[in-house]
Amino acid sequence: MNGQAKPADLLTVEDLDISFGSVSVVNGVNLTLKPGEVLALVGESGSGKSMIGRSIMGLLPKAGRVSRGRIRFDGHEITAPESAEELRLLRGRSIGLIFQEPLSSLNPSMRIGEQMFEAMRLHTDLTEAQIRDHALDMLRQVRLDRPETLLNRYPHEFSGGMRQRIMIASVMMLKPRLLIADEPTTALDAVVQREVLDIMQDVARASGTAVILISHDLAVVARYADRIAVMEKGNLVEGGDTGAVLARPQHPYTRRLLDAAQLGTPTPVAGRAGVPLLTVEGLSVDFTEKKLMGLFGRTVHHAVRDVSLTVAPGEFVGLVGESGSGKSTIGRAICDLTPMTAGRVVFDGQAFGELPAAGERRLRRRIRMVFQDPFSSLNPRMRIGQIVREGLRHDRSLTAAERQTAAHDMLEAVGLDRNMADRFPHALSGGQRQRVAIARALIAQPDLIIADEPVSALDVTIQAQILALLKRLQAEFGFACLFISHDLHIVEQLCARLYVLHKGRLMEEAATPDLFAAPRHPYTRRLLGASPRLEKGPEGLRLAEDPAPDLSDNAFEYYDATRVDDPYRLIEAGKGHRVAVRAEAEIGAGAA
Amino acid sequence: MTFLSRLLGKPNGLIGMVLLTAVLATAFLGAVWTPYDPLKSDLLNRFAQPSAAHPFGTDMFGRDVLSRLMRGAWVSVSIGLATLVIPVMLGTLLGAAAGFFRGWFDRLLIMVLDALMAFPGLLIALGLMAVIGANRFGVIIALSVAYLPAVTRLVRGSVLSISQNEFVEASASMGNSRLYTLVVHILPNCVGALIVLTTMMFGWVLLAESALSFLGLGVPPPEPSWGNILSEAKAHLMRHPMLGLLPGICISISLLGVNLLGDALRDELDPKSAAAPSKETI
Repeated sequence: MNGQAKPADLLTVEDLDISFGSVSVVNGVNLTLKPGEVLALVGESGSGKSMIGRSIMGLLPKAGRVSRGRIRFDGHEITAPESAEELRLLRGRSIGLIFQEPLSSLNPSMRIGEQMFEAMRLHTDLTEAQIRDHALDMLRQVRLDRPETLLNRYPHEFSGGMRQRIMIASVMMLKPRLLIADEPTTALDAVVQREVLDIMQDVARASGTAVILISHDLAVVARYADRIAVMEKGNLVEGGDTGAVLARPQHPYTRRLLDAAQLGTPTPVAGRAGVPLLTVEGLSVDFTEKKLMGLFGRTVHHAVRDVSLTVAPGEFVGLVGESGSGKSTIGRAICDLTPMTAGRVVFDGQAFGELPAAGERRLRRRIRMVFQDPFSSLNPRMRIGQIVREGLRHDRSLTAAERQTAAHDMLEAVGLDRNMADRFPHALSGGQRQRVAIARALIAQPDLIIADEPVSALDVTIQAQILALLKRLQAEFGFACLFISHDLHIVEQLCARLYVLHKGRLMEEAATPDLFAAPRHPYTRRLLGASPRLEKGPEGLRLAEDPAPDLSDNAFEYYDATRVDDPYRLIEAGKGHRVAVRAEAEIGAGAA
Repeated sequence: MTFLSRLLGKPNGLIGMVLLTAVLATAFLGAVWTPYDPLKSDLLNRFAQPSAAHPFGTDMFGRDVLSRLMRGAWVSVSIGLATLVIPVMLGTLLGAAAGFFRGWFDRLLIMVLDALMAFPGLLIALGLMAVIGANRFGVIIALSVAYLPAVTRLVRGSVLSISQNEFVEASASMGNSRLYTLVVHILPNCVGALIVLTTMMFGWVLLAESALSFLGLGVPPPEPSWGNILSEAKAHLMRHPMLGLLPGICISISLLGVNLLGDALRDELDPKSAAAPSKETI
């Protein structure tokens, strides 16, 4: 990238090195940013992208330091400030920072209003009333309704997406000239992520703020960025205009990132016809919250309401919805990790709860789970080999040596070295850990895997690898899979059929190609538009366009899960394609 | 072992370990051998100054102070160690059951323990001693009861927080019984915190035993323990301060060793400490 400082540049980073002790985490990075420009800084975890953001704020962790190079911002030398006071005044006033985790970056014991006023009091001479008006105005800009009622509430009363919007509002209130957003939406699901980024873009544009958007997901930031800079292991490997980088990536690492973002052509795993392996009928799960040990009544939360689904032997079925849609609860209820309130689960022709206890245990062992967070799903005090072997614990016919061999073979099957059997989980990367979790699930050769967001906690490049691994293993072992995810494009990769959930209700069910070609329910369309992907255009890669909202059929006839009391009915909209409508509504089922 | 070398690599770990080892070695030696019989009085040789024959001098009955301190170390340390057994074992059992199975058992247990914790440990021990009587086993039982709530609460809390991890659900989803999950997956992850607490508790127990003996409720004289050596010295403290100072120094050294080692252990076993690998590596 061009390291020459032009007078118009708001920010210049020249030949920047950052090191922790003797370990160098950023090497010779050059960046420039013009006022109002949006730069995406993309790389995997550990690539040093966050450290650049922090060094621009002058807020490196204690052990880290800028060992070479300089950072100039708007006439100030960040790397060689005249006084510490100079940096402090820049922070907040001229450079704003938004973190990944809005739960921990808002003070849980302070009211929203107080936190928003704090910086204004510090940096401006406005009166309390003016500050308050300003804050209300800002909350309106981030599209929060009735802001007057929000100022007196605490952070825990808001959802992750709302908290991040509040964060944006309070940071942008001072109209900083530069906003650094460090993975601002990684903790959020696709629909909310899209909303938050849209809002951030609008607000930044309105006040002419330049933005550095730090992310591991190229496809997500490409929509918003004017320019992209790609980091690998502390080096800036490629930089340029968004369109050019997408269409003609120069560096092999950029190409790998782009390949990962496209996820390749979907290759659905269709099951064998005939009797379904798993049938869930009318499943409901309620969570009851007792108020003061039940003395003051109880609140009942319907997490899953009357959901039915089937999985054929060897079939990959996707269960999709935003967080809070009840998709994970369904998986957990099938595995008996959460009690069912109503409904029936039939597995391989036998219904759970209608068998003798021993028979049911044997049956349940043919269902295994893979969890979302590989950092918490492996026991930190057990070695990898032990962890994988534990999956065979109930197979009494095997000797210890046979278990050991089986575990080693399984490790190799998931693409790990058998030497890893002696290591502890903390020595492995996230992707490797998830492979271990998959090995543990598969070693008992189950008929059904319930995978609860198995790739959401991983970097984009690793996601693609894990998906390919699941596909390969399915061909080898022939298991069926209930794949739970918030990202339609991820489930599209492997799943033959999809179920879309919203607030515990089934909204739409269809074969994957049908759902993508002709999504019926408005909620499905929102999900589809939420996770941007790249596609091949005439001149190389470009951002995929949203499917245009087709308003030819009246949306209000569909069941809206936010209006709980509406009568609910699933109707046929095509072969194997069902969609939720309000019960009395009739829909032109033209496709049928 | 790398864990041990890391622990001894810290100044507080090293010093604590050295002090504690010295105390334990003295105690075990004092159990089998002392220069003189610690109970044998020699009234012609009272309040003797330190000399080659009596390195720390003699006390008001002419008994050798070094021998009494060595035997006293054994009495105090053995009571301390014995007192750790009941709270740690019973506390782990109760805490694990309460944390894992929850429900009415948990609620009832916590209510009782909270009531117990409302009293200072020493006060409970004093009350119990008055009932059981002042002897070695009375001290052990009284102190065990006094420190049981601390262990139970710690284990219960650890079990509750570790149960939030997905590997606990993973175990359940593999068809493992709840007991197996508790023993194999949850309890091993509580051990770190438990070791730290146990180390600290050893110090508290030493101190509490001395306090009880000082108050005349501990090990009955003439059997020496650090507490009652101190207690007997108090009448002669103005003219022969060494008699009181020496057992005091012994108690201080033990406590210092235990606390330093406990701090080092806590740092080393804390997953958030620098030595332990964290989720975010830069």
